[in-house]
Amino acid sequence: MAPLPVVIPLMVAAVLAGVGSRLPRRVLDLAALLTSAGVIVISMVLANASAHRVIVYWFGNWQPTAHSHFPIGICFMIDPIGAGLAAFTSLLVFAAFTFSWSYFESAKALYHILMLVFLAAMCGLCLSGDLFNMFVWFELMTAAGVALCGYKSEEGQSMQGALNFAVLNTVGAFLSLSGVALVYAFTGSLNMVEVGVTLAQHRLGSGFLCVAFLFVISGFLVKAAVFPFHFWLADAHAVAPTPVCVIFSGVMVELGVYAAARIYWIVFSQASMPSATAIRDLFFIVGSSTAVIGALYCFGQRHFKRLLAFSTISHVGVMTLGFAILDPSGLAGATLYLIGHGLVKAALFIGAGILLHRCGSVDEFDLRGKCRTLAPIGAMIVLGAIGLAGLPPFATSFGEKTIEAAASRAHREWIAAVLVFAEILTGAAVLRFAARVFVGWGASRELSLHGAPHIHTDQETTGRHSQVPIFMWGTMLVLLIAACAVPIPSSVRSGIGREIQRFETPAIYEDAVLYARSTEPQYPEPRTESLDFSLENGGVLVGMVLLAGLALAAGSEEFRAEGRVARKLLAIQMFFRRLQSGRVGDYVAWFTIGIAVYGAILVLLR
Amino acid sequence: MSHAWRVTVFLAGAAGIAVLFALVCRTLPGPLPVRNRYAEAINSRVYAQRNVTDAVSAVNFDYRGFDTIGEEFILFVSVLGSISLLRITSERTEGLLADAAEPSRDVPASDAISLWVLVMIAPKVLFGIYIVTHGQLTPGGGFQGGVILASAALILYVGESFAVFRKVVSWRLVELAEAAGAGGFLLIGMIAWFWGKPFLTNVLPLGKTHELTSGGTMPLISLATGLEVMAGFVLLLFAFLQETLTVRGEE
Amino acid sequence: MQEQIIFYAGFAVAAWLFVIGLYGIISSRHLVHLCLSLTVVQAATYVLLAVIGYRPGLPAPIFVGFPATSPAVDPVIQALMLTDVVVEATVIALLLSITVRVHRRTSSADPNEVDLMRG
Repeated sequence: MAPLPVVIPLMVAAVLAGVGSRLPRRVLDLAALLTSAGVIVISMVLANASAHRVIVYWFGNWQPTAHSHFPIGICFMIDPIGAGLAAFTSLLVFAAFTFSWSYFESAKALYHILMLVFLAAMCGLCLSGDLFNMFVWFELMTAAGVALCGYKSEEGQSMQGALNFAVLNTVGAFLSLSGVALVYAFTGSLNMVEVGVTLAQHRLGSGFLCVAFLFVISGFLVKAAVFPFHFWLADAHAVAPTPVCVIFSGVMVELGVYAAARIYWIVFSQASMPSATAIRDLFFIVGSSTAVIGALYCFGQRHFKRLLAFSTISHVGVMTLGFAILDPSGLAGATLYLIGHGLVKAALFIGAGILLHRCGSVDEFDLRGKCRTLAPIGAMIVLGAIGLAGLPPFATSFGEKTIEAAASRAHREWIAAVLVFAEILTGAAVLRFAARVFVGWGASRELSLHGAPHIHTDQETTGRHSQVPIFMWGTMLVLLIAACAVPIPSSVRSGIGREIQRFETPAIYEDAVLYARSTEPQYPEPRTESLDFSLENGGVLVGMVLLAGLALAAGSEEFRAEGRVARKLLAIQMFFRRLQSGRVGDYVAWFTIGIAVYGAILVLLR
Repeated sequence: MSHAWRVTVFLAGAAGIAVLFALVCRTLPGPLPVRNRYAEAINSRVYAQRNVTDAVSAVNFDYRGFDTIGEEFILFVSVLGSISLLRITSERTEGLLADAAEPSRDVPASDAISLWVLVMIAPKVLFGIYIVTHGQLTPGGGFQGGVILASAALILYVGESFAVFRKVVSWRLVELAEAAGAGGFLLIGMIAWFWGKPFLTNVLPLGKTHELTSGGTMPLISLATGLEVMAGFVLLLFAFLQETLTVRGEE
Repeated sequence: MQEQIIFYAGFAVAAWLFVIGLYGIISSRHLVHLCLSLTVVQAATYVLLAVIGYRPGLPAPIFVGFPATSPAVDPVIQALMLTDVVVEATVIALLLSITVRVHRRTSSADPNEVDLMRG
């Protein structure tokens, strides 16, 4: 059962590559839908089966021998978090395929093949227990993602997004491979648990572990689009087809954070370095800078997909902060936040796809006031904004409350402030977009959108543009409802809390992987937060509405910057806009300095 | 950022990365007994457990065969992606075949090169097949052999012209071969799964050492991989050559 | 001692290739040059792997002509490298096809000439 989430999509993709050009379109769609539905079911079964003991699956039957306990094969290390993420991934892929039912003619099943291979790679990343194996799935995600990104390219614009994606992720991947090589050069193993055990047994000095850790997760941090490796995400989103954006923002980026957390906890958490303080401080810096920068850029975009991409960056920063607390409840909050955010973001991207289908654009000013007939879609987008802002009843609110509770227990109350900032800005941006597009408020020029790039987006769909197919708005509605419904059973929330406690205990994985025995320590019952509309939620809602209103009001038909202060502000805004330059050379320079600075932080703090 | 700023930022970062690399040097390489464990575990067992003499291929196709599946699919996806980006479809290539006009060559064909190429193609193909099938015995295997086989197609273009290349190489057949190679590897893994053993277990009889049939599933996997790699690179060649010559024809 | 020298030399070469490849990407004015600089970055990783897998004085892990249980060089590193080299060639091919598309549209392959997505 265990290899099926990876093997089945790959097999179907290979078959479609052989015969897909002969098959009618609907057969391809059905095959893809069935495959992803099958993977959902299998992953849920795996998650259920591994609830009490970690399932370890050795490929090629290469179990560690009874006397040396040394792993010579590749294993899948399945626990409910990994299997649950695999199920979530395939759920979003299923939603993407439902949305693309009305999509343009796919060139010889290529779209379906690439999406299925992408799904297989993400499931492989979730379930794998071997360092090089994770690298391989990471590379496969990059290759399939680049091919999907450039998929609908009729004009050269889209190539910029695909190029930036490819170059930055490949550079990160090779630094990751170098990190894995360095770890191998010391420990002689590629199995995560074995490496963790070896590193724990040897007292090592002089920063080797810090550097190795940073190098190994560098590729995953690039994929996770944290600062300063985040620049490529907005470009990729601006050009990728809508269902692909759903996957990118919904789950691909978050898997980078998952991989970094998994590698830390299994491999490096018991080693002498990096110390927990160093990791906390590094990831506090990473998470808060990502959250703030993502939110600020999000507010300044007029292209809806780019706006959503920056909001993804901001929310990934929030999830990183949840991980950085290094407390089970912090990571549990991050997981809940991931699920809620993924569902809401997928719904919002589908909304963007609907706008593109009906009105031919996703630009805020091009669409100003033109979509009054699409009021239900507008209402759903507003609900999505509320979900992004972490307000009840969405799962994001649970995640946020859990993270904040964990933060205050760890005496880091400022994390709550960062979360509120990110939520207000990202929620307000979507609210402003919805108000301008669906109601027609706001002027044709605006202070916060001065200098925002106006990117043309092609139509992606055939068929009658005067209607919204049910597959589109139906999928969006179901996703939004799911985002509210997920946190309601408290068994889900406490289940996640319990599983995260196991996630952060490497000894259990050691026993399961190396010694094939299962030990189940008793965990304290995790705290679950209540779903009340707290004062803070109220503050966020008010702040969001005020900010959106302020932005809409601060524009006029004739926009001129009078006065030195206004001109200064605009100059600062243009300076920051120029940093997101769209040029891959700049991005790689940021990558280099980012690695150097983060490495210095880790080594100095040890 | 302006070029000067970009280079400054980069140089600062590069200096930092160099320092980080240097820091690692004080601890590496690790103590030999520890870091040699994987190598020793494989080297000491490969002959006895699998009757093969090439440990590298054994690692690729047996011990860590699952990684190889992933790598193979990276190749698969990249080739498909490249072809789609270049907008090469089999309909377009049929159309070009039907077109009688021959794209011009910059350099006139030389009889000596054509003759040499004709002489060399058969040995190349034979050598490629040799490398693919002897993967578990000597250095080789599907990846290396597949590239050699693809190079036979390349020298066909070098010696003759793209028109001859197009006639000899059937786009549709090569596409099928690529899909067959990728699917074949998965099928071989599934044989074990249907048998009740973990995916990709070596369930075929292991044969005698130094023979082509030694290693159980390894020669089969090597064949599937060789097919896929060869097909992938031939497709890439076809697509890029077509791209160049179409552009040149338009100029 | 010999092993230390080989290791440090290889390490230095790998670090240098990595940095110079990145510099090539940063200062590139043609997309083909950018893809080839990426190849240089890949080569850095391969050099690092090769140096890590080396064991001085030992033969290759092909057990023909000497007893099968005697020590040999690390086969795992070689296995990782050889699949990677072939596969990354196709990833570079993907990037090169992106280059071709950019050139088709704009008849220039300068990565710095894109301002479409600034901001």
